[in-house]
Amino acid sequence: MSEALLSVRDLRVGFVTEAGRVQAVDGVSFDLAPGEVLAIVGESGSGKSVTAQTIIGLTRSANSRIEGSVRLRGNELLEASEETLQQVRGEQIGMVFQDPMTSFNPVYRIGSQIIEAIRAHRPETSKRDAHRTAIELLDSVGIPDAERRVDDYPHEFSGGMRQRAMIAMSLALEPEVLIADEPTTALDVTVQAQILALLERLNRERGLATILITHDLGVVAEVADRVLVMYGGRVVEQGTLDEIFYDPQHPYTWGLLGSLTRLDRPRLERLPQISGAPPSLLDLPTGCSFRLRCPHEFNRCAELPGLDARLAEAPGHCDRCWLSPEQKRERRLVEGEIGLGEPAR
Amino acid sequence: MSAAEPLFEVTDLVKHFPVKRGLLFDREVDRVRAVDGISFSVGRGETLGLVGESGSGKSTACRAALQLIEPTSGSVHFEGREIAGLSQRAMRPLRREMQMVFQDPYASLNPRKRVGQIIGDPLKLQGEASGTELRQRVQELLERVGLSPEHYDRFPHEFSGGQRQRIGIARALALRPKLIVADEPVSALDVSIQAQIVNLLADLQEELDLAFVFVAHDIGIVRHVSDRIAVMHQGKIVEQGPAADVCERPKDAYTKQLLAAVPIADPREARARRQTIGSA
Repeated sequence: MSEALLSVRDLRVGFVTEAGRVQAVDGVSFDLAPGEVLAIVGESGSGKSVTAQTIIGLTRSANSRIEGSVRLRGNELLEASEETLQQVRGEQIGMVFQDPMTSFNPVYRIGSQIIEAIRAHRPETSKRDAHRTAIELLDSVGIPDAERRVDDYPHEFSGGMRQRAMIAMSLALEPEVLIADEPTTALDVTVQAQILALLERLNRERGLATILITHDLGVVAEVADRVLVMYGGRVVEQGTLDEIFYDPQHPYTWGLLGSLTRLDRPRLERLPQISGAPPSLLDLPTGCSFRLRCPHEFNRCAELPGLDARLAEAPGHCDRCWLSPEQKRERRLVEGEIGLGEPAR
Repeated sequence: MSAAEPLFEVTDLVKHFPVKRGLLFDREVDRVRAVDGISFSVGRGETLGLVGESGSGKSTACRAALQLIEPTSGSVHFEGREIAGLSQRAMRPLRREMQMVFQDPYASLNPRKRVGQIIGDPLKLQGEASGTELRQRVQELLERVGLSPEHYDRFPHEFSGGQRQRIGIARALALRPKLIVADEPVSALDVSIQAQIVNLLADLQEELDLAFVFVAHDIGIVRHVSDRIAVMHQGKIVEQGPAADVCERPKDAYTKQLLAAVPIADPREARARRQTIGSA
């Protein structure tokens, strides 16, 4: 455990809203090693973005209540001062958000914004050096003719170029951890493929550890080493990439995998669906938060299952489902493929 | 009208937007060729998938085809009748035959209107129903799209994204159209909800013999719903054919590039593909 770069333990984030108190994140724990890509998968309201934002202190407010522990190289971030956090952001943890249209200030040149980020943290850097670094960074993320484009305004960049520039800026101070929240969701698939290849190269070459937040299991399969599946503020399953895709234990994971439209498989008559909608955090059911949508629900589901390793051969593979491993392996098969399945007769 | 005649036929459709400059008199200095001569057709009960990346012109093509914006040139036939260039007044009775479902279920429903009004207004405007009959028709529609008749008096904000998209579909169905153009109808929805909406559209198609133009950037979903697929790139259709042919035996270089960029949700296959690409 000592080699973990980032260690999150029992993270809980609650908000007071007009409609009542919500527990947006309810007990999330994971470790991130250098060079590792951890994917957090979930739908709206699953708590995946709040988890990431809390790590870098973006959810601190009078209306939020944050518990647990987030340690970066052993240093607790949840209790760190705002000053310390400002240093951590950028220098140790870089961030890339979903929308490349709003992440840059439209009235400043791309290069100036990268230079500002560098000089804010490293005031001793000369403008000229920072300018050169900005060009190198843009070049390293594949912006063609970086020397000239460094003086462009954000609107002169396409969406994909802007997202690459965002990644360049987040890497300016050579952080060890990158948090990427839906970094390719707003992009076209051909551009997405380029951004994913870029992230993969950075992981390999620089040992950059990445938390990738996404709803797209295709993206996960392409880049992740380990996966957390979140639902209703809780982790319902976590494991290695192959464990999650080839031996998924939680019915919600089955449903997600089953409803994918895969170009490399024969077309199905009907798309397997998960009925109902993700739960409102204001009104979570007792026990398992997925049980109202789960065809395999039984009386024990009213009690919340712990996130436990239930397979002797895979001690790191944990899930929150009361079904036995044998029942799971049987019920998740729908015509030979993994899917949510039907209620047992 | 012969049986083989397509319901909706678009020929050489062009929509250019002029780029104007000038102080007193606008002078056209350039034009954006958003839709640059495309042809496609849709038969009764058939689904044509229109795929392409952002800026490829797919949404503009749909709007111009439906005469929501005036096409620069080209012809559009609905049930054999030319509709390109028809006046708004002449289009009105035809509007009921062709409806649209939009991408963003948060922006496409008026937040101040109740669900009953949102779905019922087209019926009222076209003089189809009023009073208790109107209410009954709307409630039937709500049930048909998987909502409950009690939702009649609620406001859009009381619904989730998936439910709102169902409301948008109910509105489109109200006038019993023959053609529905759905522009990215599931891309704003959660993964677990996308399949529900896709399946709902498939059920409605079968029940009502609807023709669909299904516009999306997600080629996986498009393949699932479409009988035929047209691939758009820079205002043109670069390839068009049966869904299986386009997805499994693409001919055009851009289609191949598009297909190759779609992530494979299978770690082993993804690794294998990366290796082949890496060694190539």
